[in-house]
Amino acid sequence: MTAITRDEVAHLAKLARLDLSGAELDHYAGQLAVILQSVARIGEVAADDIPPTSHPVPVENVFRDDIAMPGLDRAEVLAAAPATEDHRFRVPRILDEEEA
Amino acid sequence: MSNAQLTVPFDEAMTRYEPIIGLEVHVELGTNSKMFCSCATAFGAPPNTQVCPVCLGLPGSMPVLNKVAVESTIRIGLALNCEIATWCRFARKNYFYPDMPKDYQVSQYDEPLCTNGWLDVTVATDDGPQVVRVEIERVHMEEDTGKLTHAGGATGRIHGADYSLVDYNRAGIPLIEIVTKTVIGTGPLAPAVARAYVAELRDVMRALGVSDVRMEEGSLRCDVNLSLNEPGAGWGTRSETKNVNSLRSVERAVHSEIERQAGVLDGGGRVIQETRHFHEDTGRSTSGRSKEQAEDYRYFPEPDLVPIAPTRSWVEELRAELPEVPSVKRARLQSTWGINEFELATLVNAGAVELVESSIAAGVDPAAARKWWTGELLRVANERGVELADLPVTATQIARVESLIADGSLNDKLARQVFEGVLAGEGDVDVVIAQRGLAVVSDDGALLAAIDEALAAQPDVVEKIKSGKIQAAGAIVGAVMKTTKGQADAAKVRALLLDRLGVSE
Repeated sequence: MTAITRDEVAHLAKLARLDLSGAELDHYAGQLAVILQSVARIGEVAADDIPPTSHPVPVENVFRDDIAMPGLDRAEVLAAAPATEDHRFRVPRILDEEEA
Repeated sequence: MSNAQLTVPFDEAMTRYEPIIGLEVHVELGTNSKMFCSCATAFGAPPNTQVCPVCLGLPGSMPVLNKVAVESTIRIGLALNCEIATWCRFARKNYFYPDMPKDYQVSQYDEPLCTNGWLDVTVATDDGPQVVRVEIERVHMEEDTGKLTHAGGATGRIHGADYSLVDYNRAGIPLIEIVTKTVIGTGPLAPAVARAYVAELRDVMRALGVSDVRMEEGSLRCDVNLSLNEPGAGWGTRSETKNVNSLRSVERAVHSEIERQAGVLDGGGRVIQETRHFHEDTGRSTSGRSKEQAEDYRYFPEPDLVPIAPTRSWVEELRAELPEVPSVKRARLQSTWGINEFELATLVNAGAVELVESSIAAGVDPAAARKWWTGELLRVANERGVELADLPVTATQIARVESLIADGSLNDKLARQVFEGVLAGEGDVDVVIAQRGLAVVSDDGALLAAIDEALAAQPDVVEKIKSGKIQAAGAIVGAVMKTTKGQADAAKVRALLLDRLGVSE
């Protein structure tokens, strides 16, 4: 049930833009299976009266007032980027896969 | 895409296929600050001047939800007759695209804040106005993405670009997605229903004051899902057309996609599930990417944000404060302005309700205000391919022109020329009148000379008028208007010439 197939790993690798070799796919499929099994064991010990949760602290409705405040200095922000142009972040050409 | 050119004319397509549409509308909320951080949201600010560690996705930064954004979403849900969730969460939508620096967008997935609503829209048909109920699947919150500019290459589009430039000012601005259920059974009305729905939605947002809903600035954007099927057959494969950024384009996108898909199906082909991009200039769409499957986004509950559990008392408080909804307001306007449902539907679909309202507030007679906005000005807007509200004409200018018509300084024809000048950027009403020399010829001497000339030129008409066929006077009036280049008051010309011939009405 908790096994992960090599194809699934290949699919995830593609989504994560990771170029994995065949040997690496086998390797990670095995490792990921161990992780999935470990997580599944937590599910086994959780009783029916414990609802699944996405947050460690049971708290709701944490809101902020809608007040605008100054952000970061642009020069500082852009200085941290690998490449910039015209006060914008410069990124490599996108979407090679869309042209396939 | 060899079948891209094969299209079937709309009317013919409708004889063989039934369209099913679904609309996804994104509305940028008009909050002061972003969804999860305190950055400002001003449109048009210099690039990357409204950013902080949260919306730049810097490590260790933590989002906190904007209360007004939640309130606005609940109010939208209530105005659209939705149920408001008692408990819901945000989710991460994972994807690699530089418009979001985090490599995910915070959105709502299987737990939207509002569900199961509806919105009634009115479309004009040959048999009069028809009300269509568009059912709402969900209204959920998410954050807007950054703005990409594709550089290099010839087209400025993604394809052929050498690199892209990113401005994150827009990243994190509260965005509300409103998704309809599939709208079936509209047949050839599908394009009009789609347009009327977006127009109605825009009016609702405006009435609520939650967004400035400017389609040209991207604060209201529409994606059109559409499939065709033969009557009685199962549903066809749908395409999703993005980039539909004006009311007119919504209508055109549905229209052209029906023609395109009918062409594919007629040619024995298969419609592929894909994203298409609409182009304002051609009114057609081009193929984008084939649609990623939903699970590819690997949604999971956002661990950095806590659940939202709106109390019922809060929801009821917001419900009690809802403004008059546009449909109720229109019923009121209909009776105040003394117009029928069809005339009102024309105003709504032209996006003219507020314009007429403000013109009346500026002192224009209701009938005259409607006449200008749905007549001459709408014609110009259509010709230019822009929204009525975007024309450079103000309510005050209409009021000025109307007062000049009332005191006899202008006639209808000259008034149209005044607007032509105003629209061409020649200046304000009085400047255009002065520069173009537009004024009714009120000098009786000049008019009588023109009348005498016309009478002399058409003795047969004169005889007809004298023998009692007064309607024949139109020919003389026409000739005088021509001589005076339209700068005469037609009613006055008519009165003068009848007087000249000694005929009374």
